[in-house]
Amino acid sequence: MSVSIDWAALGVVFLVSFAAGVGLIVLFSLGVNALATTTTEPPASPTHTHQKPAPRLTSIPPIAALCFLACALIVAYGLYLIIIK
Amino acid sequence: MREGPGVDVIVLAVIITALVFDFTNGFHDTANAMATSIASGALRPKVAVAISGVLNFIGAFLSVAVAKTISSGLVDDTKITPTVIFGGLIGAIVWNLATWFLGLPSSSSHALFGGLIGATWVAAGADAVHFATVVSKVLVPAVLSPIVAGVVAMVGTYLAYRITARRKDHGRVVRGFQSGQVVSASMVSLAHGTNDGQKTMGIISLTLVTAGMLPSGSAPPFWVILIAGTAIALGTYLGGWRIIRTLGKRVTEIEAPQGLAAETSSTAVILVSSQLGFPLSTTQVCTGAIFGAGAGRRLASVRWGMAGQMAIAWLLTLPSAAIVGAVAGRVAETGTAGTVVVALAGVAFGAGIYALSRRQPITARNVNDLPAGPQPAAAPA
Repeated sequence: MSVSIDWAALGVVFLVSFAAGVGLIVLFSLGVNALATTTTEPPASPTHTHQKPAPRLTSIPPIAALCFLACALIVAYGLYLIIIK
Repeated sequence: MREGPGVDVIVLAVIITALVFDFTNGFHDTANAMATSIASGALRPKVAVAISGVLNFIGAFLSVAVAKTISSGLVDDTKITPTVIFGGLIGAIVWNLATWFLGLPSSSSHALFGGLIGATWVAAGADAVHFATVVSKVLVPAVLSPIVAGVVAMVGTYLAYRITARRKDHGRVVRGFQSGQVVSASMVSLAHGTNDGQKTMGIISLTLVTAGMLPSGSAPPFWVILIAGTAIALGTYLGGWRIIRTLGKRVTEIEAPQGLAAETSSTAVILVSSQLGFPLSTTQVCTGAIFGAGAGRRLASVRWGMAGQMAIAWLLTLPSAAIVGAVAGRVAETGTAGTVVVALAGVAFGAGIYALSRRQPITARNVNDLPAGPQPAAAPA
């Protein structure tokens, strides 16, 4: 019984999965981080307690938008792989 | 082979058991995509299983790839008869029900392969089983794929917490990750639907081909896609709450960033390896990713004892299903009466497991409540 394990293919699976998976998680985390920064940045006025409903759409910082856009592109590529391939 | 009426009964039996298997495959694997989303509060339990069910249904229609062989080369496909497939399916269903009752995530594909191997072995001898292929396509991926997914999820989780550690607005961070989880969990569900739905369709189509009811090499007819997609979607919607609780609550306390990391890693590993033709089990990948996500967060306690239990279940999956499949195939081989006996025994086993499960039912309502029962490792809150 000869068992051949394709270590090269396995290495490729690991490296590509690692790059795609960790890359996507990091991008999304950076986006969430940038998004959360906008509400924590101005703590100068603690008197306004009812300031919670922050104006969402207008306050998305460019970095967050960029990160989420990149995430969306990666997800779209994933969908392409699922559907087309 | 057998004369007219006998063949018809066995073909009908195969189609029905294939759909039952697809159904068990559905509720056995809901946890893969949705356990971490339910545990982290990203999705309400009922909403989660509904999304997963719909995406599994859609997934059945999406894929253009057709399963060309029943066993993926694990056994000599020319030796496979409808009776062998029937026995194999019974073995797979029995193992799926038993592990579901115990709340253990195990691979539905491995159960199916095991059942087919056992049934082929008794029908055509050990020579018809390709053991080298079993090692390279089943055993090696079973060991390596959870580790790969686990490492990706662990590093991803660590970085996700590292990046967002300074944010004081914790609620907004959590909500951000929860929103992301809806997408990542959906991707796992969709990938699952396209993969596992194909298996049952392939089995039914190839059975129709061997029975001469479908020309060789033809794609699954629309009605086959429809009923197979419906079976897996209904099974998914049913929930399999026992396994969801295991993966969502009993491995580690899952938070939203961990859930996102686990689901994203699972999707990445599944998609990359299916592109490169590397066979693996969705269940094992997702389980590995959840352990990795637990290990990647500081202060999180991972119950590694669960990993031992699951490893044993994975190790037993193929041989156990093989034994049941062998017995079922052997009895069904004796003719229509034998087939009926096996079918009735299968129904009785299913009813028994269901009755047992009603003693301590786990449902959408209590899936996230963990009774402080016989939990070996004390979990610091």
